Amino acid sequence: MRKSVLLGLATAAIFSSSVQADTLEDVKKAGVLKCGVSTGLGGFSAADDKGNWKGLDVDVCRAVAAAVLGDASKVKYNPLTAKERFTALQSGEIDMLSRNTTWTLTRDASLGLNFAGVNYYDGQGFMVTKALGVDSALKLDGAAVCIQAGTTTELNLADYFKANNMKYKAITFDTSDQTIKGFESGRCDMLTSDQSQLYSLRIKLAKPDSAIVLPEVISKEPLGPVVRQGDDKWFNIVKWSLNAMINAEEMGVTSKNVDEMKTSKDPAIGRLMGGQGEKLGLDDSWSYNIIKQVGNYGESFERNVGTGSPLKISRGLNALWSKGGIMYAPPIR
Amino acid sequence: MSDPRHNSTELPSKPPIWNDPKYRALFFQAILIAGLAFFGYTIIQNTLSNMEARGISTGFAFMSEKSGFDILQSLIPFDSDSTYGKTFIVGILNTLLVTGLGIIFATILGFIIGIARLSNNWLISRLAAVYIETFRNIPLLIQLFFWYFVVLKSLPQVRNSISFFDSVFLSNRGLYIPSPIFENGFIYTGIAILAGIIGSLILKKWARKRQEKTGQTFPVFLSSLGLIILLPIIVLFLSGNPLSWEIPKLGRFNIQGGASLIPELFALLLGLSIYTAAFIAEIVRSGITAVSHGQTEAALSVGLTPAQTLRLVVIPQALRVIIPPLTSQYLNLFKNSSLATAIGYPDLVAVFMGTTLNQTGQAVEIIAMTMAVYLTVSLLISMFMNWYNAKMSLVER
Repeated sequence: MRKSVLLGLATAAIFSSSVQADTLEDVKKAGVLKCGVSTGLGGFSAADDKGNWKGLDVDVCRAVAAAVLGDASKVKYNPLTAKERFTALQSGEIDMLSRNTTWTLTRDASLGLNFAGVNYYDGQGFMVTKALGVDSALKLDGAAVCIQAGTTTELNLADYFKANNMKYKAITFDTSDQTIKGFESGRCDMLTSDQSQLYSLRIKLAKPDSAIVLPEVISKEPLGPVVRQGDDKWFNIVKWSLNAMINAEEMGVTSKNVDEMKTSKDPAIGRLMGGQGEKLGLDDSWSYNIIKQVGNYGESFERNVGTGSPLKISRGLNALWSKGGIMYAPPIR
Repeated sequence: MSDPRHNSTELPSKPPIWNDPKYRALFFQAILIAGLAFFGYTIIQNTLSNMEARGISTGFAFMSEKSGFDILQSLIPFDSDSTYGKTFIVGILNTLLVTGLGIIFATILGFIIGIARLSNNWLISRLAAVYIETFRNIPLLIQLFFWYFVVLKSLPQVRNSISFFDSVFLSNRGLYIPSPIFENGFIYTGIAILAGIIGSLILKKWARKRQEKTGQTFPVFLSSLGLIILLPIIVLFLSGNPLSWEIPKLGRFNIQGGASLIPELFALLLGLSIYTAAFIAEIVRSGITAVSHGQTEAALSVGLTPAQTLRLVVIPQALRVIIPPLTSQYLNLFKNSSLATAIGYPDLVAVFMGTTLNQTGQAVEIIAMTMAVYLTVSLLISMFMNWYNAKMSLVER
């Protein structure tokens, strides 16, 4: 099943023409943005019971659609496993990937991809059953670990256990759903993933209280949207759509007050609200559309993973740089 | 010369070269081959230039890079310092392991069910029919999920492992058994095993000759068993028992030491064997019914027991009908083993086409290599089965 998807993608890589890509034109012509998301990760990208996709990563897709097409709902979501995601982007199956993907040197340099910024600063953590009576990852020598295939997590895990001279057994599953099922059935002692995912996987357990997330964070996981290399125009659009959301939060522009802000005397807000679209090859209302239809970064965060969501993740590293975090966007000018 | 075709005086003059059917055929075949070669060349060129234009790494240099991840089950020493090239080998070996064991179990089970299906006992033949109709009509992937979760859910948690004599442990982490440690003097026992096998082969030949001469049978099976098992055991003790066991122990989380059969392998074997056995059973049934009933009647009338009739008369003849479709089932089992990735068994697809592909991003090379492995092994299985088929085919004398 999975194999056929991968094969299809590889064939697409072989047969697609080598004409210089213009993703912006393609998206405008199609009237819809093809965005790669996860197969279902609460808070980041998951479909609700009515089939509407929601989440922090989904909001980046919606922001780009709002900027390019003027309508945040014109997105076709393509759920991908960790294994499929890069091939899908490389072969042109999707226009952009927004799927809690860690920015690393190898991925940036050898996959023919570009990371267009960071929309969530994460780190890898461990979840164990409470009954195990463990309060630190350093006491996990000899444990069996459930893990999702094709992630940086697999590599960090090997590094961490090696560095601390501990042994482990990794049971590798295809999707995060299978991983949590394996954990729940007792096949492994712990589950490792990015910390944000641990919280969203934990609420899938029959008894979420039976598991705890250990305090250790063993890696840096900057997650962000990804585009194909060699289409700088499109790269800029995705990058600045995200930056517009972060800048809007910094300037206090929200989806509710954006109409009033249009007439603001503050020159920085004035630049955010208009005059820059042409440089990106977009309508002048691109940033207005993003803020009006999707909201600023803070709104998106609270709605999807923060206090307004079942995950209740605090801003932490993801707070603005001016508020103790490291979320920082270059200025719009 | 009465044959008109050989009448040389009426032979037409040689046609011009473009009208000569022989050359014309050659010409079109050459065009076809050139076209195919051009097609292949274009695909490869287009792929390479596409990947270069998009900044995707190509080539096989990644094979010697450090992998940086671990694999659950490996038949050769492997850790995160090993190369991506080694993940390829580990994947192939794991795939071959499950295929080899699967073929053995599916064949045994398939023969039993197939023969049971023909039994005169109403209950046995109905049960066999129900087995066949159930398992061959449910998609294999679903059966695999079912067996995996049956295995995981029905076995106890690791701390409540079922243990036998504190040396064999069974839990949802797998079956742990003592693993043998061979010490210096074990070589003599090894030689004894080899001698036992060769001795049995000689014995079999001798017994056959004797039977052809005198008509007397000799208990070859029992005496071979004695040669292969008893002889090495005697030698083992005579040489001072140079064999010790590493006993698994319940550690803090897991069982440590010993050899283990992981539940993923167990579930996959169960699923593949049970599914394929249903098809093999039908093939066996068709093979046996293809042997004319007169053969059975004749065998029984010369005084063979029903068991001897089946073993010496019916099955050798049925095998000729059974082997060709059986080959397809073996190939199916081998290819179906790639579903392992769904339940976390580290086969070639899961390890190499999964993790390695994702860490390196070199989809085209890796998928091509994986396909080449499946193609090669499938052809080898076919070759072996064709050889076996030729060996089993009717020899007229």
